[in-house]
Amino acid sequence: MDYSAIFSYMYTEIALAGVIVAVLLYDLIAGERGRRYFQTFVCLLMLFFVAGTVYPYHGGTADVFGGMYQYTPVAGIVKSILAIGTLIVFLQSDAWLSREDTRFKRGEFYVLTLSTLLGMDFMVSAGHFMMFFIGMELASVPMACLVAFDKYKGNSAEAGAKFILSALFASGLMLYGISFFYGTAGTLYFEDMAAKIDGSPLQILSLVFFFTGLGFKLSLVPFHLWTADTYQGAPTSVTSYLSVVSKAAAAFILTVIFVKVFPSVSDYWQLMLYIVIVLSITVANVFAIRQKNLKRFMAFSSISQAGYIMLGVICGTPYGMTSLIFYLLVYMAANLAAFGVISTVEQHSGGKTGIEDYNGLYRTNPKLAVIMTLALFSLAGIPPFAGFFSKFFIFAAAFEQGFHVLVFIALINTVISLYYYLLIVKAMFITPNENPVPAFRSDRGTRLSLLLCLAGIIALGIVSSVFDGIGLYSFGM
Amino acid sequence: MEYTILILLLPFLSFILTGLLGTRLKPVAAGTFGTAVTGIVALLSYWTAFSYFGAGRNAEGIYPTMIPWNAEWLPFGGSLHIDLGILLDPISVMMLVVISTVSFMVHIYSFGYMKGERGFQRYYSFLSLFTMSMLGLVVATNIFQMYIFWELVGVSSYLLIGFYYTRKEAVAASKKAFIVTRFADLGFLVGILIYGFYTGSFSFTPDSAVIGTAKVFLPLALGLMFIGGAGKSAMFPLHIWLPDAMEGPTPVSALIHAATMVVAGVYLVARMFPLFIGYAPEVLHITAYVGAFTALYAAVVACVQSDIKRVLAFSTISQIGFMIVSLGVCTSSDPHAGGLGYMASMFHLFTHAMFKALLFLGAGCIIHAVHSNEMSAMGGLRKYMPVTHITFLTACLAIAGIWPFSGFFSKDEILAACFAFSPVMGWVMTFIAGLTAFYMFRLYYNIFWGRENRELHAEHTPHEAPLTMTIPLVFLAAVTLAAGWIPFGNFVSSDGQAYRIHIDWSVAAVSLCVAAVGIALATWMYLREDRKVADSLAVRFSGLHKAAYHRFYIDEIYQFVTHKIIFACISTPIAWFDRHVVDGFMNLLAYVTQKFSWVIRGMQSGYVQRYGIWFLGGALGLAIVLLLV
Repeated sequence: MDYSAIFSYMYTEIALAGVIVAVLLYDLIAGERGRRYFQTFVCLLMLFFVAGTVYPYHGGTADVFGGMYQYTPVAGIVKSILAIGTLIVFLQSDAWLSREDTRFKRGEFYVLTLSTLLGMDFMVSAGHFMMFFIGMELASVPMACLVAFDKYKGNSAEAGAKFILSALFASGLMLYGISFFYGTAGTLYFEDMAAKIDGSPLQILSLVFFFTGLGFKLSLVPFHLWTADTYQGAPTSVTSYLSVVSKAAAAFILTVIFVKVFPSVSDYWQLMLYIVIVLSITVANVFAIRQKNLKRFMAFSSISQAGYIMLGVICGTPYGMTSLIFYLLVYMAANLAAFGVISTVEQHSGGKTGIEDYNGLYRTNPKLAVIMTLALFSLAGIPPFAGFFSKFFIFAAAFEQGFHVLVFIALINTVISLYYYLLIVKAMFITPNENPVPAFRSDRGTRLSLLLCLAGIIALGIVSSVFDGIGLYSFGM
Repeated sequence: MEYTILILLLPFLSFILTGLLGTRLKPVAAGTFGTAVTGIVALLSYWTAFSYFGAGRNAEGIYPTMIPWNAEWLPFGGSLHIDLGILLDPISVMMLVVISTVSFMVHIYSFGYMKGERGFQRYYSFLSLFTMSMLGLVVATNIFQMYIFWELVGVSSYLLIGFYYTRKEAVAASKKAFIVTRFADLGFLVGILIYGFYTGSFSFTPDSAVIGTAKVFLPLALGLMFIGGAGKSAMFPLHIWLPDAMEGPTPVSALIHAATMVVAGVYLVARMFPLFIGYAPEVLHITAYVGAFTALYAAVVACVQSDIKRVLAFSTISQIGFMIVSLGVCTSSDPHAGGLGYMASMFHLFTHAMFKALLFLGAGCIIHAVHSNEMSAMGGLRKYMPVTHITFLTACLAIAGIWPFSGFFSKDEILAACFAFSPVMGWVMTFIAGLTAFYMFRLYYNIFWGRENRELHAEHTPHEAPLTMTIPLVFLAAVTLAAGWIPFGNFVSSDGQAYRIHIDWSVAAVSLCVAAVGIALATWMYLREDRKVADSLAVRFSGLHKAAYHRFYIDEIYQFVTHKIIFACISTPIAWFDRHVVDGFMNLLAYVTQKFSWVIRGMQSGYVQRYGIWFLGGALGLAIVLLLV
């Protein structure tokens, strides 16, 4: 076997493994003084990693390990988006990690997070269901540790327990479905399977079971129930990572598998997605309106966003793929900005995350309030922010494929979502408050990350070359 | 010539910087920065013009159209896409020079005029925004980019008219300007969409094979685009915003509402000229009649206004009418046979920008000195303000069309083009030229000669403006003196070939005579202190005088139409529909959502085992649905 192909095509994973080893060693070697610069060290490493892997080195696709691992340029783009998201989360997490009770284990946070990232990278590039499953589990198990990171706090531990139990359930069901596939098709290679999928009832059943696993990751209704509890209980930085990076990877690989493996039963999975999209967007919106806690609120917001993301999946076209990836990128910028604000407010106000606590934030912290507002505007899809363009493209892609009613339902739901996003804005700007969150100055990393997200929220929609650039690679998928 | 992108980027940068830093910047620093940037932009524009025209003509004898910079910004399906880029051709290069020159002069001038004003930084920031937008408009590579910058220009005009936002009149004026032009822009947008739909591109030069299929709709599209142009260029009956726009600071009036933005409509027609001539000559001639009527109407109104800025505003409307007429009377793209008007129009645009900016800046000096816009506060100012006096006189002579000032040359070409189209048009325009001379000199005598308001001047002695304000005056006066000798036809002509301007002396003699009569009449009526003739005429024709003073009640007609007809009969029912049906639907959504959320809140119980049941139940439910359907 020619091992040079491994290095030439799996460069992202190999470099990431290198980063993990470096972080582990730093954790081991660095003394009390050196640990103070842990964030700087990791962020610099990540920066080099992103800079080195952001551009796809190869134009075409290639198989490694006999097709277990598949290199595609568009997967490379998704991996870069994931890595950038991780970097932004790292930038935001220092205030939390410098606390008395977490200071000693900050190395663990970085290593665990990077391990999940590695798992997702493998998952995104999988060419075989086993590879896909291993990647997913590699991402899932450390994720449970991350959720329960503040394990001495009751709700963090509870969140971790709920997460791991739900994840196990989902994985079990999914593996069950995959085993049926092996039984009916005789292979688990994506490329060989496509011809063997004939739409027999057993295969349809296993299609649904397989979908539940990713539906769990994406927290689509009805597989979403863990989301709110976990998002609320987990440390805010972990929540933001969970809501963005983990979703992005799952949405992408879902599209790839549907398009590559199941084109012959597209009617079935499109119907399934149709139902799930309508349920996700609607149910999440309905719940979001009633929330009192901002993190819980963001959980439902992210469920409904996942519904919109699925609009890109349901198309199964290169244009749908392009708008999907663009949507993920824009969603990442807005969501990480919102969570960045939530996280820094939480750290500087003694753990306040209620929506009422945000009353009058504009008076004391105008910059944070404005960033939060722009992030919410982008999530709601108000022009001229990037969220408008991403929604526009993804709706257009679905409309083009004839999902007119679906797009109409999604449109109505954006109106509802506008209402609850604006509730937060109203709290920050209008509702008076006797003792609002006092004025404070965030740490440097958070400020930098918010600035990055802000640039994304404003620029991504206007600089059309981003969308075109993604489109260029998506068409070769 | 990639550096031309800097012409747009630098003012944008200046806008962002001075806008974001705001009052954290010292006023002087903001002003200096904005002025320096505009100065560099002006130099770049001159260099662009120099190297563009210096590069010479191509084999076909025309200056080639260059696109040094272009990016596909928004692709649609098929061939349709929106580009952002820079297009250089003779008229866009000419406009670059005009805009950057006037803008630079206004930047310098504003130092003195706006000194000590609140919001000085904001003022310079908006000026930069305007400069950027206007430059972007003229170098647009396609009609949609033009539209984007067209709206940006509208916004900056709105912001600057309403600069004194604590004054009620200024706020009303800015709203009026925005709404009226926006209303017209609707026509422009619809025109663009029709154009894009039928020609399959937003380019100025679409595929001629495709145009064949769009034959019926192309004139319609061009006509609608002209409505947009008429709004910006204050053509009758969409002119009503321009006189009110004078509520803005005077240098702004000079830059936006005299020299640059208001000629955007003319530029638009000139830009689309090949299409107009090739496929919709009738529409082009309609614009000529609109322009001629506007020119006449505005000239008559200008004769009786007492606010000096209003006089200049109506004079601007009238002069833009001249430019539109000149384009509209073209019957072919050969300047020797019916296409002369194109060159004449662009020439007049150029010279008018210079002398009208000069007039406004001069008016600014006068207002600065006497703290009033009304003629009654002036009179006899020549003693106090010699520089303003001489430069103002230069501009008056130019606009009246007296040899050897620049206006003579461009107006002569316009009249020649009109006579070539039809003698009636020629004589009408000649008459309006005479009226122009009359009202301009009425203005001049009322300001600098005539009855002096001694009480006011004793209380507060008028004084010459500071150097920052007089230097731009002198510069523009020098340009006004020299611009007529520019061999303009050499650079710009309807078919791109070199055209040698030759004065048609029969036309010139007539127009000179008419102008002289106008000036003589004004001298007779207004030079002396008592103004017996003028007053008695005003009394004898009091009906006409009053109607003209009230601008023939056009604003009142608008008021009637909008309030009594549109608001009462159309808006009220629509508002009812909106409030009850549209909002009702939204309220229904909210109500259903609320109720629904009560029903299903049990789902989120907090017990992980129940979550598992939902999970499995959901999966099985999905499977059943898929298998049954």
